[in-house]
Amino acid sequence: MEATHAHGAGHAHGDGHSHHPKGVMRWITTTNHKDIGTMYLWFSFAMFMVGGAMALIIRAELFQPGLQYVEPEFFNQMITLHGLIMVFGAIMPAFVGFANWMIPMMIGAPDMAFARMNNWSFWLLPPAGILLTASMFVPGGAAGTGWTLYPPLSIQMGIGMDMAIFAVHILGMSSIMGSINIVTTILNLRAPGMPLMRMPMFCWTWLITGFLLIAVMPVLAGAVTMILTDRHFGTSFFSAAGGGDPVLFQHIFWFFGHPEVYIIALPAFGVVSHVIPAFARKPIFGYTSMVYAIASIALISFIVWAHHMYVVGMPVAGQLYFMYATILIAVPTGVKVFNWVATMWRGSMTFETPMLFALGFLFLFTIGGFTGLVLSNTAIDVQLQDTYYVVAHFHYVMVAGALFSAFAAVYYWLPKWTGHMYDETLGQWHFWLSIISFNIAFFPQHFLGLAGMPRRIPDYALQFVDFNQVSTIGAFGFGLSQLLFLYVVLKAIRGGVKAAAKPWEGATGLEWTVPSPAPYHTFEEPPVLTEAKGHA
Amino acid sequence: MNANRNADNRRVLFRLLAVAGLMFGFGYAMVPMYQKFCEITGINNLLNPDDALRNTQVDTSRKVTVEFDANLHGLPWSFKPGQTSVSVHPGELVHVVYRVSNTRNHPVTGQAIPSYGPQLAAAHFKKLECFCFARQTLGPGESREMPVVFSIDPALPKEVNTITLSYTFFEVAGAVAEPAPQQRRPGA
Repeated sequence: MEATHAHGAGHAHGDGHSHHPKGVMRWITTTNHKDIGTMYLWFSFAMFMVGGAMALIIRAELFQPGLQYVEPEFFNQMITLHGLIMVFGAIMPAFVGFANWMIPMMIGAPDMAFARMNNWSFWLLPPAGILLTASMFVPGGAAGTGWTLYPPLSIQMGIGMDMAIFAVHILGMSSIMGSINIVTTILNLRAPGMPLMRMPMFCWTWLITGFLLIAVMPVLAGAVTMILTDRHFGTSFFSAAGGGDPVLFQHIFWFFGHPEVYIIALPAFGVVSHVIPAFARKPIFGYTSMVYAIASIALISFIVWAHHMYVVGMPVAGQLYFMYATILIAVPTGVKVFNWVATMWRGSMTFETPMLFALGFLFLFTIGGFTGLVLSNTAIDVQLQDTYYVVAHFHYVMVAGALFSAFAAVYYWLPKWTGHMYDETLGQWHFWLSIISFNIAFFPQHFLGLAGMPRRIPDYALQFVDFNQVSTIGAFGFGLSQLLFLYVVLKAIRGGVKAAAKPWEGATGLEWTVPSPAPYHTFEEPPVLTEAKGHA
Repeated sequence: MNANRNADNRRVLFRLLAVAGLMFGFGYAMVPMYQKFCEITGINNLLNPDDALRNTQVDTSRKVTVEFDANLHGLPWSFKPGQTSVSVHPGELVHVVYRVSNTRNHPVTGQAIPSYGPQLAAAHFKKLECFCFARQTLGPGESREMPVVFSIDPALPKEVNTITLSYTFFEVAGAVAEPAPQQRRPGA
């Protein structure tokens, strides 16, 4: 969309600047969407490092069969915390951070709808992160159940489990408040002349993600509350001793857990839907079908949860239903992949770092999607349940999907945030190191899973050694490559070539009409949209 | 304009909060829904008698060995089958007992959960009467003989010659003092 005048910048420096608290109080008391977005992103990066270190402990232990470095109990705690921290601490806050930074600028709003609640929803995160990490040091250690927190184990563990439950409660509250804020902002604060069906795709993906979060985070909160009362208050929702049923937890958990997959994936789709058109210099192909595809993915995600639990002893009719419903998701997802490819068709493409990460996303996410289709088949899943094939599948979707898309977003918007171009050479090094080491780490896990190696076990049979060693080498390469990412970002913050208001030739949208770096206040007067000719 | 916008925002906020609240309730509503679903479809039917086999001839051409096993999970009881195994014809009505006694000097409540080996035998093992259909409360030092009446469906696959019926008694937490309150509630 084109704004007639990019005056958001002009008077933005004028007021409201001088009376801001300085130093640490600025960050604690801030209600500015850009400050909060920045804090979300740094928090998520810190958690990404913590969760990544845990992943490297896991991979180091799996370099050789037998037990080398850690006890099996600690291994299980690493598995659990790695999952919880990466999902709730790293990926989700990263995309909330992008939403905070970019959505008000994309829709021409001065700030988020509830600025003070925004501050609160961020500051809930650090206590939750501390609770999770600190639970390693309490007697009995952290939760060792896996991130799914299945009973009966989660009913039996020590105080670390309670800390994990409280952390999930806090993270849930934060996500719900964050989503309410984002949904309200998108619904109410769009600049005049921007109807829903013309708003940027990132806003569409977040609008639907916001609804998903508001619908399913409370269900997870309920499920962990039931575990808590089973543990301490004599209820027996899941404890078989009192007539409860552990399988019921799996149903409630995955009723949350499957939409959660799309909560992570949809904003990633949104980012890619901005980056690919910008570097192919063509508007996105099939905007309307993209919106309907997102909406149908979100709706179908509510009715497929039990494909995570084919082996609990479900009747065949149930297995068949969940299998067909799951396969159905491939249709809207296929529409999206088709549209991204069609956007590039005959475009004038260049391959800067954001585009490389977006293409890496497209390629690897599609592989992850295909292994997901394999797993959705009941007959095959019964063989592959809880093997490394599943681990490989969801890392292709989560890491190569969500994380690569987050990297694309950082490189794409970094000039807008810092006012400097990042170091393109180092950015491309980061991409190539990441994609190669990622595939070295996770591709062999497909073979391990097909050969029958179970997940979440610190020891393995001798025939799995070679692939595990390859995988560990790849994992360490992937982890170390992320230090390069940190360096590139810090370098761009400290200086570099000055970025123009619109550093990417093919980029569209209101966020590129304000100068770089984006002033502290933007669009205090709504921009006037002349003719809504294109979507971002 | 600004006041209008704030009112609009607040309206959306309250609606979305209501959705979040409803969904929290929905998580809990899944508990009775799940139980009802299992009851209707007959899944997970541990606490109800099976339908008696109707119009069934006793299949005297084969015999199946049924072995009995008893386990305790955190209960101060002793729990043993009255017989280690019986040999039965499919379709025949069989009556066995389990012996249980409370070794403590206070009442304890437990719930037995059955399981079968091989697993596929579960669908063919029809219990008409069982102590596992209800919680059992044993008074201080009380001993009891508890019956199980069952028959085996003649449709049991031919290759299954031995079925193991295994019970595990779980303590029902918080129910220790349950039988008492009606008679003597302190301070009432």
